[in-house]
Amino acid sequence: MKFKAMTAVAALLVAAPTLGMADEDAELVVNGEIEMVTKTEPPAHLEGALPEIMSGWRFRSDETQQTQMDDFDNPGMIFVDQAQAAWDTAEGSEGKSCASCHNEPASSMEGVRAVYPKWNEEAGEVRTLAMQINDCRENQMGAEPWKYTGSKMTAMEALISIESRGMPVNVAIDGPAQSTWEQGKEMYYTRYGQLELSCANCHEDNYGNMIRADHLSQGQINGFPVYRLKNTKLNSSHARFKGCIRDTRAETFKPGSPEFVALELYVASRGNGLSVEAPSVRN
Amino acid sequence: MMKWIVAAIVSGAPVLAAAETVAPADVTFDDYGAVEQSLTGTPGDPANGAAIVGNKKAGNCVACHQISALSDVPFHGEVGPMLDGAGDRWSEAELRGIVANSKMTFEGSMMPSYYKTTGYIRPGDGFTGKAAEEPLPPLLEAQQIEDVVAFLATLKEE
Repeated sequence: MKFKAMTAVAALLVAAPTLGMADEDAELVVNGEIEMVTKTEPPAHLEGALPEIMSGWRFRSDETQQTQMDDFDNPGMIFVDQAQAAWDTAEGSEGKSCASCHNEPASSMEGVRAVYPKWNEEAGEVRTLAMQINDCRENQMGAEPWKYTGSKMTAMEALISIESRGMPVNVAIDGPAQSTWEQGKEMYYTRYGQLELSCANCHEDNYGNMIRADHLSQGQINGFPVYRLKNTKLNSSHARFKGCIRDTRAETFKPGSPEFVALELYVASRGNGLSVEAPSVRN
Repeated sequence: MMKWIVAAIVSGAPVLAAAETVAPADVTFDDYGAVEQSLTGTPGDPANGAAIVGNKKAGNCVACHQISALSDVPFHGEVGPMLDGAGDRWSEAELRGIVANSKMTFEGSMMPSYYKTTGYIRPGDGFTGKAAEEPLPPLLEAQQIEDVVAFLATLKEE
């Protein structure tokens, strides 16, 4: 596993300067068995803002696309292995591991990633997967919370996401989650910073176009946490949001902040119907 | 701004080139978004303008616009219209208005305002992600705007 993954990384380094465009008709099937929906009808709440929704996978080069098609080639899977070890390791004052309560992720975490962020009735708030993981660590295990965008957190998110791969993203946007969703929508269309750019300027109005050397996608987050060839690690959606808003020359928001939780819920909902791909591979 | 220049002349202070610079808040746009008055009084340098247009750390105009005259600069974007022939389509005053604050010409344009310092949502300190107090330094200095305008004016269709 490790040897094959390293070989794949070496091959990628050789192919790195390629700026090939994606094959628009390519379909994503992982390990020859998980059929991913990477293009489909938009959810009703978009009200025609997008004619169809498309995974970021469709906007990447052939080489990058192929790297996600086999778990032996997907460098993100190394971190899934690490998270499985963490899952089974007891930590904190209660002497518990994730496995103590949740057994194996294959049985307990099926479908979880597809519905997060999600309203938590007891807490009275919308929670991301990362928030729920840290809630478990602090309140069930008596352990220190992980850094929101840190490598342990993204790895654990990837491990949990694996059990939803191929399932459609299906976050709830009504009921008690609605006001958070509205807040996220408002943010999506706000033109932040000295460059006065909203998420929509690039990812709704200009997806498919080049901005300098970058091929703009729809900014969908069904593939997060995502392994980026650029920084050779798993990246959380909040780290990407932080970077995007920073790049508008704005005062950005903090990962895990109520603002980014709201934005994550809204952006996730724009991808309702796309398959959970995490850990996906992007450039 | 004019008052300041007039006061300077009346008080007998020497009128330096810097003193003629129109500050971002004092730029006068006409009803169509054009800016007649040079921001500096010094004619723009098209060669320097071309460098600003192609430089990622300056105007970086090619991030969004294709420009055949700068074909040696890699990776031109597709977000904005191609700028070939811009010098035929727009007057110098119109080009100055578009570069200084395109939203005065094209309402709601995605194009950043290169000579504007206030009125932002969560203004940041460059690309640090940290907060900054307005007025911000403009994205381009007055003479850089003039240089870019001079370059764009040279983009004529054959």
